[in-house]
Order: sequence, then C-alpha cells, then structure tokens
Amino acid sequence: MNKRITFRSNRGYYSFLVEKKTLTVLTMLFVLTGIFLVISVGVGSTIISPIEAMKTLFGYGFDQHTMIIVDLRLPRVTIAILVGAAMAISGGILQGVIRNPLASPDIIGISGGAAFAAVTFITYFSETLSIKWLPLAAFLGALSISIIIYSLAWKKGVTPIRLVLVGIGISTITSSLTTLMIVLSPYSAASQAYIWLTGSIYGSSWEDVIALLPWLIIFIPLAFICGRSINVQELGDDMARSLGSHVQLHRGILVIISVALAGSAVSIGGAIGFVGLIAPHIARKIVGSSFGSLLPVAALIGSLIVILADTVARTAFLPLDIPAGVFTAGIGAPFFIYLLYRNKNF
Amino acid sequence: MFQLLHTRSLKIIGVIIGVLLLLCTFFLSIVLGATEISLKMAFDSFVSYDSTSTEQVIIQTTRVPRAIIASIIGANLAIAGALMQALTRNPLASPSIFGINAGAICFVVLAISFFPISSLVQLMWIAFLGAGIAALSVYYLGTLGNKEPTPVKIVLAGAAITALFSSFTQGMLVLDEAGLQDVLFWLAGSVSGRSLEMLLPVLPYILVSFILALGLAYHVNILASGEDVAKGLGQRTGLVKILIAITVVLLAGSAVAVVGAIGFIGLIVPHIARFLVGVDYRWIIPYCALVGAILLLIADIIGRFPIKPEEIPIGVMTSLIGAPFFIYMVRKGLRHE
Repeated sequence: MNKRITFRSNRGYYSFLVEKKTLTVLTMLFVLTGIFLVISVGVGSTIISPIEAMKTLFGYGFDQHTMIIVDLRLPRVTIAILVGAAMAISGGILQGVIRNPLASPDIIGISGGAAFAAVTFITYFSETLSIKWLPLAAFLGALSISIIIYSLAWKKGVTPIRLVLVGIGISTITSSLTTLMIVLSPYSAASQAYIWLTGSIYGSSWEDVIALLPWLIIFIPLAFICGRSINVQELGDDMARSLGSHVQLHRGILVIISVALAGSAVSIGGAIGFVGLIAPHIARKIVGSSFGSLLPVAALIGSLIVILADTVARTAFLPLDIPAGVFTAGIGAPFFIYLLYRNKNF
Repeated sequence: MFQLLHTRSLKIIGVIIGVLLLLCTFFLSIVLGATEISLKMAFDSFVSYDSTSTEQVIIQTTRVPRAIIASIIGANLAIAGALMQALTRNPLASPSIFGINAGAICFVVLAISFFPISSLVQLMWIAFLGAGIAALSVYYLGTLGNKEPTPVKIVLAGAAITALFSSFTQGMLVLDEAGLQDVLFWLAGSVSGRSLEMLLPVLPYILVSFILALGLAYHVNILASGEDVAKGLGQRTGLVKILIAITVVLLAGSAVAVVGAIGFIGLIVPHIARFLVGVDYRWIIPYCALVGAILLLIADIIGRFPIKPEEIPIGVMTSLIGAPFFIYMVRKGLRHE
C-alpha cells in the first residue's frame, strides 16, 4: 500500500508529498485542539458544561454564557492557539536551520529583543500611545535584534553555532537592558512589565486576535512552503550546496519567517518560554523529521501546550491568574534538560 | 601565545603598577558620583573624621564600603572565572555563562519567599547551594557524551540552566509582587547601598577561597596540560578538580550573596590576565584579582553618570561591557583546546 499521497500542480511546477500518517495525526490533533478549546472556554470562575459551551459557540447558548465565552474566554483561547502555533513553527524552523535540537526563539535571543522593545514601550510610551502599538514595537525589537545577531554572526556566511553563541551574548545585553528599564520605572509600570515578561495572555481581546492574525496568515503558509529547504539544509552546508540549494539565501529567508512568527507571538503573549523548543521535538517523535509534516504537527502541538498551560494557570490558583509562561517553563525546562541528556553528542 | 610581560621582573613591576592603578580607581570611586567630593575631603575623612560634614559621612558610610565591596567582588569573580576556564578547558566559561548566578539567585528568591530568612549568613549558604547545583548540572550536562566536551555544549547547557532558573525566579516574583521591588535591584546586581556588615560574614569564605585558589595555581598549571598528562605526572586529578570546583562555588556564591548577579567579569578578566602574563596560573590568579577589582570599580564609576541622579546597576554595566567581548571571542573563533 502506498504510504504517501502525491499532489502535483497541472504543469508540474509545484508538487509535494503528503504522508498518510501525517494526515491521520493532523486530523487527530485538530479534534484534540477542538476538545481542549471547548473545555478551556468552559472552565474558570463560572463553570460551563462542555455541551453548554458547544451550544454557545454555535450561537444557541444563554446570553450570559455568550458574554463570558465569546467576549472573555474565547479570545484568550484563540490567542493561546495562535501564539502556540507561531512559537512552535518558529522554534521548528530555527532547530532545522541551526541544526541544533536546543535552538528556540527564547534561547537565541529573539524573544529577548521583543521583550526589551515591549518593556521600553510599556515604561515610556504606555501613557501617551495606545497599547495597540505594543505588538508592532515588540516585532520591531525582535526584527532588529535578529538583524544584529545575524550580521554579527556573519563571517563569510553564518554557521549555526556562531548564530547560537552570538544570540546568547546578545540576549544577555537585552535582558540586562530590560532589567535596567524595570529598575528605573515607577512601581506600577514595573510590575506590569514584569508580568508581561513572564508570558501571560491575561485579558486578551478580539483586538489582540486581529492584531496577531495577519502575521500568521502570511507567515505560517510561507513557513510550510519553505520548510522543505530545511530538509536539504539538515544534511550540512556542503551537501546542501552541492544539491543545488542556495544555502545562505534560504537560511536568511527562513530566519526572517521564524523571527516574524516569534516576534508577533511574543508581542501578544509575552515570553511564553519553551513552547518553541518542546513542540517541534514532540512533533518529531510522532511524524519524523521531514519538515513538510513536522511543521504543521508542531504548530498544533504548540497550540495544545499553550491552551493547556493557560487553562491550568488561570484556574488552578483561583482567583489568582498566574502567567502561562511559568507553567510552560515548569514543563519546558526539565524537558530541555532531558534533551541535553538525550542528545549527548550535539 | 602572545604575552606582554615576559620576564619575572616585568611581571613584578606589573603587579606594582596594578596595585597603584587599583588605588587610583579606588580613590576615584570615592570621589566621583552624584555628590562631588574633593580629594582633600576624602583624605580628611580618613585622618580626622568629622561626623557633622555631609561629605565625610557620605564617604565613610556609602562610598568607601561600596568601593571595598566592588574591588573584593571583582577579584572574586575574576578568579572564579579563571579557575572555571582552566577546569573546563573552555575559554567561555564564567560564573554567569555557567548559570551559577541564575541558580544562586533562584534559590535565594525561593528562600526569601517561602521562609522568613533575614540573616545574610543563611542567605549566603543558600546562594552557595544554588550556585553549586547550577554549576554541577551545567558541568554534567556539558560534558555528557563520548565526544570531547566542546565550549559550545557547555555554553548551551549554561543557557538552558539559566533559562530554567530565571523562569522559576520570575514565576515566584510574579506570585509575590510585593517582594518584587526589594529583590529587583539585587537581581540586576548592585554594589550600592551595601554596607560593610553585608560583606563581613562572607569575608572569611572569600579569604579562604583566595588562598585555596593561589595554592591550587600550581596544580591548575599541570591540569591545564591535559588530564592524561596530569595523571601521568602523578597528579590526583579527581581531587584537584573537586577542590577547584569547591573554590569556584565559594567565590561565585559569595559574590552573588553580596552583590547579586554581576556577569562577564569572570569571562573577560582571565583573558586580559593571560594576555599580560601568559599561561602560568601562579601569575594569572593574582593578576585576575587585580584586574577584576579595577574593572569592577571602573564599571561602577561609569554607571553613576549617564542617567544622573539614578544609577545604572553595575550588573547591567558589566553585561554591556562584557557581552560585546563575548561576541568578539565567538567571532574570532573558538579554539577547541
């Protein structure tokens, strides 16, 4: 039995293979995300049964439930889904490009740049400018930091290891500047910034969803399309070049996609750490390391992780609303150490 | 390898110049700042202390303790870095890269938020514990596997452990917002507002570890020629390594307990020292102490000016100076020694 389905455009200009297994996995993950979504919008200080929640989602619920779910919880869960997917894809791409299982936007400093820009914005501009501009600020921060990291790592091309090390160096600069900003700012702004830094999607609204969505609509499909050049890159620079791949060009494009996704996700969700690291690994365990199937699966897994973390974070210690980032770090960091242990010879 | 001071007498002259420079920066540190103080006033405060003069009170209660702490901690961190670089044979090793700062801070914040701890001695032991755990885990993770431990592995393991500990720290601080402001300045690393009483309980440990470091220098030289060679020469490498590790944890842990997270001194200074005196650790360690003290004093002085009357925390200053150096080293290329 043929394990793959082939898609080919009429002129054969573009074609790709889809593994049947991947399709099954994707379907299951979609269903699972749906279930999580329904449960997540149901729980909180007012508990709504899954059936009621379903009714409400389709527009047949009580008004009161509609208010809670559609206006308050649904945007938050949607943000969780989007942020998780974006972080996961961003991390997946980075791991492929850098050829290192430990890479992720937080570790190589992209999130740090976004966080620095956002904290600057919160401390200096939150009174004069609308909070709507925060995502843009964070994205610009992530972008410029990535450009800096990339160009500093450039020395007749960029080697993965230099990229990681320069990233670590730069992220200590951004994090110390961030600390400086918080130390110097008045107390209220400081704690607001600090909560944001830890990664929280508290109080997300549909406006946030609308702010985030365009980025994802553009860059996620782009990531899927470019994903296959990662497959070649994973063979090593020389091999990829001799197979006819424009290594540096593709690497640049992929890094930009990754930055755009990470920057936009950080701008809305704060630094929800480790999702970009874990999700691709889980995906790799399930569907193998071909990037065509890896990225979509990783995206859904990222969404699941963030929904789960956020649901636990906001319900476990009611009425306290703990940033989801604390939980993702709690799961993610031990996992990271496990990875280090497993990949003894990275 | 390039070495500025070749002969023994040159090296001794270097030490003397270093001590003079240290004294100069020490005095600058006393004189410069938000309140300008004349040299004569500074001198008077030592000879004939007058408690009615604001300047003299400032000198004796804030400036002098601050300068003393900065110089001791600078020496501390620099020696810790030199020993770590020797132990791991990794030019990038240093307390901050190894996650020691993050580990110690995480433990201290944990202790402060869950137990009613106020004495610095207890905090110091907790900081030692955190530093030790972080250092061990990074070393263990970084040297796993059958390939030679590469600098990159250790740096990555350090980044991971740092990320782990600092996210726990952040989590605890978010839960306990009231405590945030108290520990924040300390998180950023600071020598200001520290009284000498905070240094005193730690001082014995620091002195012991200075002596240990000097005593170990000879053995470090042998170890640096490679583990197999050292074994062949009859060195008990296991014991030496454990002693070095204990010294490092004592040095770095006490530094964190007194001043918080100050990064990169431990990374840069050993390189400067090697540039000056070559590869002999019997010279490197004293030079590290001198250069580390001078560098931290200078960083502290510079931090007082850009945003007067506020100050840039010294940890931020050292990161701003040190990270570019780190990147420069990465770009220059790492020799896999």
